[in-house]
Order: sequence, then C-alpha cells, then structure tokens
Amino acid sequence: MIDVHELTKRYGDKTAVDELSFTVQPGQVTGFLGPNGAGKSTTMRMIIGLDAPTSGSATVNGRRYAEHAAPLQEIGTLLEAKAVHSGRTAFNHLLALAQTHGIPRRRVDEVIELAGLQTVAHKRAGTFSLGMGQRLGIAAALLGDPEVVMLDEPVNGLDPEGVLWVRHLLSGLAAEGRTVMLSSHLMSETALIADQLVIVGRGRLLADTTVDDFIRQAGREDVKVATTQAERLRALLSGPGVTITATTAEELVVLGLDAHRIGAIAAQHGVPLYELSQQTVSLEAAFMDLTSDSVEYHSAPADTAARRAA
Amino acid sequence: MTTATAPARTTTVAPARPAYKVTWLRVLRSEWTKFWSVRSSPITLATALFLLMGIGAIASYTYDPAAAPGSDGPPITDGAISLALMGTIFTSLAIGVLGVLVSAGEYSTGMIRATLAAVPKRLPTLWAKTAVFGVVATVVTAVGALGAFLLGAVILDGEAIAMSLGDDGVLRALAGTGLYLGLVGMWGVALGALLRSSAGGIAVLVGMLLIVPGLSSLLPASIADNVTPYLPSNAGQAVTHLNQATNSLGPWTGVAVFAGWVVVTLVAAAYRLARRDA
Repeated sequence: MIDVHELTKRYGDKTAVDELSFTVQPGQVTGFLGPNGAGKSTTMRMIIGLDAPTSGSATVNGRRYAEHAAPLQEIGTLLEAKAVHSGRTAFNHLLALAQTHGIPRRRVDEVIELAGLQTVAHKRAGTFSLGMGQRLGIAAALLGDPEVVMLDEPVNGLDPEGVLWVRHLLSGLAAEGRTVMLSSHLMSETALIADQLVIVGRGRLLADTTVDDFIRQAGREDVKVATTQAERLRALLSGPGVTITATTAEELVVLGLDAHRIGAIAAQHGVPLYELSQQTVSLEAAFMDLTSDSVEYHSAPADTAARRAA
Repeated sequence: MTTATAPARTTTVAPARPAYKVTWLRVLRSEWTKFWSVRSSPITLATALFLLMGIGAIASYTYDPAAAPGSDGPPITDGAISLALMGTIFTSLAIGVLGVLVSAGEYSTGMIRATLAAVPKRLPTLWAKTAVFGVVATVVTAVGALGAFLLGAVILDGEAIAMSLGDDGVLRALAGTGLYLGLVGMWGVALGALLRSSAGGIAVLVGMLLIVPGLSSLLPASIADNVTPYLPSNAGQAVTHLNQATNSLGPWTGVAVFAGWVVVTLVAAAYRLARRDA
C-alpha cells in the first residue's frame, strides 16, 4: 500500500502539494483525480523519491521508496512524461532496468508480450507513437512483478483497444490483491476503472471516498428515458421527491427514481421505452463542481475568447 | 466494479516471489547494457579509434626528415611517438563528447526518471556510468594508441626518428594516452551529470580542453607559468610525452592533477544528483 502523510512540496512561494494525506489500499483500484496542475504528478514523483518533499512523508509498503532493497518489486510506476532513451530499443530499455535488480531476461520477454510490444521490441523507442510509448511504460512498471502499481494518466494516447486493455489489466491486478493507483483528470473515465477515489485540487485533498459514495453524494442520479408516450409516463412516475423535466417531446430526465424502478413502472403499465440510461455526465459535473474553486488554469468561456480574438 | 468479482482480499500477493535485489554489480551490468545499446557509443568509439590511428599514420607518412626541425608543423620532440599520437587532441574531443552524452543524454531524453526509479539510491548509477565508460575509453584508446604507433613504426622504418616498443618510455606514453583519454571520458560523464545538459557539458569540456589553454597565453608570463601546466589537457597530456617541456608537470604528477579535476567534478555531480530533484 501507499501511505502519504502531510506531504508538502513548495517551489519558492508556490505550493504544489499542500499537507496531503491519504492511503491507497491493496485489492482495489484507486483513482487519483484532479484538474491539471493539482499536484498529482508531483505527489507521484515524491512517492518514488524523484522529488524530495518540503515536509511530510510518503511510504510504499511501510518504507520510504529508496529504502527498499528491490524497489521495482515493491512498486511499478509509469510517470506522465516518457522516461526512456529515444535511441535505445524497447527490449534493451527493459533489459537494462531489469539488470539492476537481477530480474531474469525471461521476465523482460514476458512483459513485452503482456504489453503487446512483440513486433516493435527491437525498434528504437524514439520511433514509438504515444500509445506504444505508454505500453512500454506499463511494461516497465510491471517488470518487477510489483505489489503496488502506480500509473500517471495510463490511458493517455491509447486507442480504444488499448484503453480496454489497461482497464482489464488494472482490475486484474487489483483482483490479485495488489495495490493499484492511477491518476487522471477525467472523472468519467476513472469511474469505469476505480473503486476508490482520492480527489485533489491545488495540492489539497478535496475528497477521499469510494466511487459509489461519490456518485451518491453527487446526488444527481438523473435517468434519461425516451418513450413514445412521454406524457403518460410522466404522470406514472410523478410523486414526492421526483423531479421530471422534458428535454424533447419524447425524452424525459428523471431525478429521484433509479433506472431499475422506472423500467419496472413502465413495463407494468405497458409503456414502450426505447432508451433508459443513468446519466454519467452528472459524474463529471459533480467532479467539476468539487474542483471548480481549485482549478489552476481557468479557460475563458469560448465566446469571450472569440470576442477577444476578434 | 473490480472488487465485486475479486476473491477475498489478501495483503500478500503471489506465493514464493523471487527475491530481487539491487546490487553494485547489477547496476554496473545495467550501465554496461545501456552504454552499448545506443548507436552513438559504437559509432563515436569507432570515430575515436579512426582519428587516433588515422591521424597518427598520416603524420608518420608525411614526415619529412629534411624539413625537420624548425620548419612548419608541430615540433617533433619525441620522435616517432609525437607523430603516432598526433591525433590525441581530436580523439579527446570525440571521447569527451561521448562521455557527456552518456550522462546528460539521460536527462535530455527523460531516461533518468526510469534509471532513478530502478536505483533510487542514485549515486551507484553515477559511479557505474563513470566506471563503465572510463574503462571502455581507456582500453579502446590505449589499443588505438598502440595501433597508431605500430602503423607509424612500419611507415617510419629506417628513419632516424623511428622507435620500437621497447624504447624507454614508449609503452608508458602509449598506455598514458589511454589513461589520459579514459580520464577525459570520465570527466565528460561528470560534466554531463553535473550540468544535466549535453550542450552545456560539451561546451565546458571543449572550452576547458582546447580554448582555455590557448587563452592562458594572454596572461602575464609570471602567472601563466603557474597556471598553464595545471590546466586539464596540459596536465593530463604530460604522461603521453617522452620528454617534458620546461614548464610541464612530470608525467605522473600531471595524471594526478588531471585526475583531481575529474574527482572534483564528479563529487560536484554526485552532490547535485543526491540533493536535487530529478
């Protein structure tokens, strides 16, 4: 597991990470979320000792990273930026890392296969696309068969097949009892993989919760339902604590009843539905609500920007 | 979600995990692999060998006893050795630049993050890099110096300045050339690690080896005589000469002084590596 305790990093008078405390538990996937510039990467760099904290501490499996005899076996990491010599082949890159630990060559072949890099293993890493670079980074993270895996924006640059691969890989690792932490700035994407959420903004902890609780607390379990008999369904669903808005003639957004219940009511009364879906958009909205005060780089509304440019 | 299908949670992972461990020897192996797995290494080493032997052979070939001494061309104070080792300066640039690339290249490509994640104690990587390249550069250039001398011996056969390997100081000068160039390589590694920039490291290296010795002649003679012999290339090259110039250090004193430059730079690089965020 990863234990971050009152971790602080200051660069001059700018505080990148501000007394951040959280733990990442084994057996589940923890999403580390925050807008750009929230201090996610800095925190991860401090966990593996690339940056020294101004104060506070970060430990992996009970010890500071540098104190482990075989750090790659404790925690495998993929950092946001490419960490590979562009002139070296993927195989030699992994081999050189493996050799520092006495990890056998066969394990290098294994992670190459696991990451689907067989065909490019002997090509220089500088020729890799962003997606292949991510796969190489993930292969390196798995080299030591680590108990903890920490990935910074792992699906960045991956194609849909790659995104799915990462999801399965991470949930598989968690199911084996390992500790999995991944950072992202996208709530919707993280909610698909993660069980636990650690949300930061401007270097501070904003929330440490489960995905389920976050959704519940977000309190906006809108259900979108489309039917040819919108008016009739509306009447059937109405009740105390239920808010219904019509978006188009055949579409309703229902707040206060879950999709399960709405489907049952519709079936009971023979109302044909052609769409019934939980609104995941609200998750992103709740995340943005939570972090809006701490967004580092605010963008001007599109029209303002356009006006300025004109 | 994931936990729904997960078996009972356990804190330990797979049974009987292999016991890996970072050791000095393994870090050395890793740096050895790293060195040989980028193209610039064999290419630059081959260039260095070519310069050392090629320039030596050409100098020996174009040597004209009637023109010497006192005419144009560098002074031939050490006979065949001076001719054979004429390429030392150019070779030192190739070797020094490669040394800078070995360490600074990790920073320019981002590799340093992977390296330090594997060896978070950090300093072993610097020592290992320095040792690997120091040994490789010393061996390759010593062989090159020997090759240059043997080529020259064939070319100069019968000339008055011809020498054989058994002559006084010849082997010392040839091995010394390897030693000097090996130290240049290690100095390059140290400069690259200290400055974390290929361009910066190469600029300082070339400036100190080539330009500063020339500039020192602008100093008043009394000061220049006390400074010039201690400059890196002047001190280090003393061991490659048979007969020392009047204001030159002795061969082994020179090596010691140049080694001092290398050690001081390495210590500064180690300090920066250990203390500063990577």
